[in-house]
Amino acid sequence: MAMLSRVAESLYWMSRYLERAENTARMINANANMMLDLPRDIRPSWDSLLTITGSEETFGTRYSSPNEGQVTRFLISDAGNPGSILSSLRAARENARSIRDILQREGWEHINELYLKAMARIPDSESPKRRFAYLDDIILSVQGIAGLIAGTMSHDEAYEFVRLGCDLERADMTTRILDVRWGDLSPDAKESLKPFENLLWMSVLKSMTAYHMYRRHCQTAVGRDSVVKFLMEDRLFPRSCHYCLRDMQDALNHLPQGNCVREKLSEATALVQDEEARRRTELRRFIDDLQVKLGEIHDALSGCYFDVEKMSPQQKQPACCNA
Amino acid sequence: MSLALQDYPNPDCFDELIDDDGAPRPHARALFDHLDSFSETDIQERKAATEAEILSMGITFTVYCENEGSIDRAWPFDVIPRLIRAEEWRTVERGLKQRTRALNLFIDDVYHGQNIVRDGVFPRELLADSRNFRPECVGIDPPLGVWAHVCGTDLVKDKDGRFYVLEDNLRVPSGVSYMLENRLVMKRVLPELFESYAIAPVDDYPAQLRQCLASLAPVANPQIVVLTPGIYNSAYFEHAYLAQQMGAELVEGRDLVVGSDDRVYMRTIEGLHKVDVVYRRIDDLFLDPEAFHPESVLGVPGLMRAWKKGNVALANAPGAGVADDKVVYTYVPDIIRYYLNEEPILPNVPSYRCVDPEECRYVLDHLDQLVVKPANESGGYGMLIGPKASEEERAEFAERIRQDPRNYMAQPMLTLSTAPTLVDHRAEPRHLDLRPFILSGRDTYVTNGGLTRVALKKGSTVVNSSQGGGSKDTWIIDGKGA
Repeated sequence: MAMLSRVAESLYWMSRYLERAENTARMINANANMMLDLPRDIRPSWDSLLTITGSEETFGTRYSSPNEGQVTRFLISDAGNPGSILSSLRAARENARSIRDILQREGWEHINELYLKAMARIPDSESPKRRFAYLDDIILSVQGIAGLIAGTMSHDEAYEFVRLGCDLERADMTTRILDVRWGDLSPDAKESLKPFENLLWMSVLKSMTAYHMYRRHCQTAVGRDSVVKFLMEDRLFPRSCHYCLRDMQDALNHLPQGNCVREKLSEATALVQDEEARRRTELRRFIDDLQVKLGEIHDALSGCYFDVEKMSPQQKQPACCNA
Repeated sequence: MSLALQDYPNPDCFDELIDDDGAPRPHARALFDHLDSFSETDIQERKAATEAEILSMGITFTVYCENEGSIDRAWPFDVIPRLIRAEEWRTVERGLKQRTRALNLFIDDVYHGQNIVRDGVFPRELLADSRNFRPECVGIDPPLGVWAHVCGTDLVKDKDGRFYVLEDNLRVPSGVSYMLENRLVMKRVLPELFESYAIAPVDDYPAQLRQCLASLAPVANPQIVVLTPGIYNSAYFEHAYLAQQMGAELVEGRDLVVGSDDRVYMRTIEGLHKVDVVYRRIDDLFLDPEAFHPESVLGVPGLMRAWKKGNVALANAPGAGVADDKVVYTYVPDIIRYYLNEEPILPNVPSYRCVDPEECRYVLDHLDQLVVKPANESGGYGMLIGPKASEEERAEFAERIRQDPRNYMAQPMLTLSTAPTLVDHRAEPRHLDLRPFILSGRDTYVTNGGLTRVALKKGSTVVNSSQGGGSKDTWIIDGKGA
């Protein structure tokens, strides 16, 4: 029996939202850590996190100034921010709820519990003292759910959609983080931050829990080019763009159709691997290009598997795949 | 003894298991002997085990609430089963089959020649005003001539200990999943009892439903889907459960598409797959925005088109609700006589039709003794319970009846039967009803028993789960029990 498109889409988004919640939690903790290491007068403002998540505008309509308290509340618990951790967990839960017949019982229960726990403990997230533990708990819980799914769900088509959602969200977040940190450090950025450049790149690694793996696998000091290279190209680190794209290729091999997605994936992989020189000179534009590619991968997935309404019954195949 | 039957109040009504002298009826003796052997701790343990089973099996129903849109609640369940003797049940079963056969003939006639109107048995104006009559269905021939494939008929027992039909639910009757789950819980919590009785099994319902639905399609292995309004519907648990048990696909409206070839397809990751039978759990008016409410997003544009062409079977068929009308209900005994030339086996609750001037006058004069029901509401909405209403409420209702007599019927207050129900540590009488399910396809099938709903509040007769009702396992038992 072929899988319903709606079910595939719900699995995909459930996975993306879980990954998004985890990534946002990592990012906030890494940023807070970095801030503590920088002299008070030259700390970059918290609004760089808004830029990473592309939510400056929404923030502006709801808050007065991007200080630590307001930004973290906006990113963690604000129900009016569709990208906040709690909104993401809630969306993951709603998606999971609609496919309870597909997901194993424990999968649904853990996602449900995570949301309820995160809601109940919102006051912790608002205390700078307890926030770290709060976010760390969310990261571990999402990892637990991911482990449960990987370890107890049949690696069938449903599982491949979970994988696709997770990989794409990860690759997306990796490029976003690089983009913004590059903004903090671009030549026209504050001269005063220069001495702390390595510290900032270290925080980039830490926001992806990549620091230790970087140390083990790259025998170089933490610097811009080597960090970007690691997060882009490393073949073994599961949060690098290249790894995510390759894992998506693999997932697609277990699904029917999908040629148009494969094509977009190859293009993105080529960009990640072949453009090292360009990354050195025009990182920002390079990342823009890559983000466009990631967007195209999502669109191709949608066109191929989710928006089946675009096909006519006579055609019986998604339009993109006949091309 | 723990259940303290000697303290069991002698209710002023028929009790299913206890006779007027406070002793267990013969067929319930083995049950109470067994329960008697329990200590209070035993009873509490079984009760706790039941609750744990229900939670862990995820048996829930959905209640709407303000914050979250909806919330799943565990299903309230009573461990003391309701026993019905097989001899008695066989008559009920025959009565239910007779009734649904007649109802199906009636619906088919209403959308074709309307002979019953022409012959003066059923008033023409009632059809003209019927809110569930669908002009779109006139002239359509559904497979096998059957319209109401799944019928949930509510039965009650009055003081005389006889079953009466309270209403027929032909639109999207629910509750059958709880009937099935109740049995599973009982088997886990009180397995010893199953040794004492020969209990008719209920768990072939999903297979019977599948067979019934499959008989509507011309192909050998039809693609069957269960069409649900989605996770916020109060019966979503049941929709998912039945789909899973039948091996059918659970779909929402947006999963289906009707092609320019007027066939129904479901959207899968491999493209469009043809659908042959839709067991729809969406009301008529939301089924197809092209034919009914254009703003509805629950349904499937073009579904009616595909159905009319005979390219897909819909269960229940659109328009079947015309017989699910409390005023039409009052005609069912006549309908049975007219189409089958038989006397009704199961009686209706005596009813007054406000559309008849004489009966209407009687109703208006006796509002303080009657229950008045609007024709097309369900779930107990819009009713007047005369004896419990205030003078103003009755006056206001009388005005409504005068304005629109066709929309109302009235019945005397019934004294619903009770059965012993575990309340804290004691068995207390609680009122109940029974909803058996009747499947009509190529064959007709009646569930062994059905869903017994219990009003858990003392003295209450409201059994709806959304209003504090619970349920019991219903046993059709052969012989007297060991």
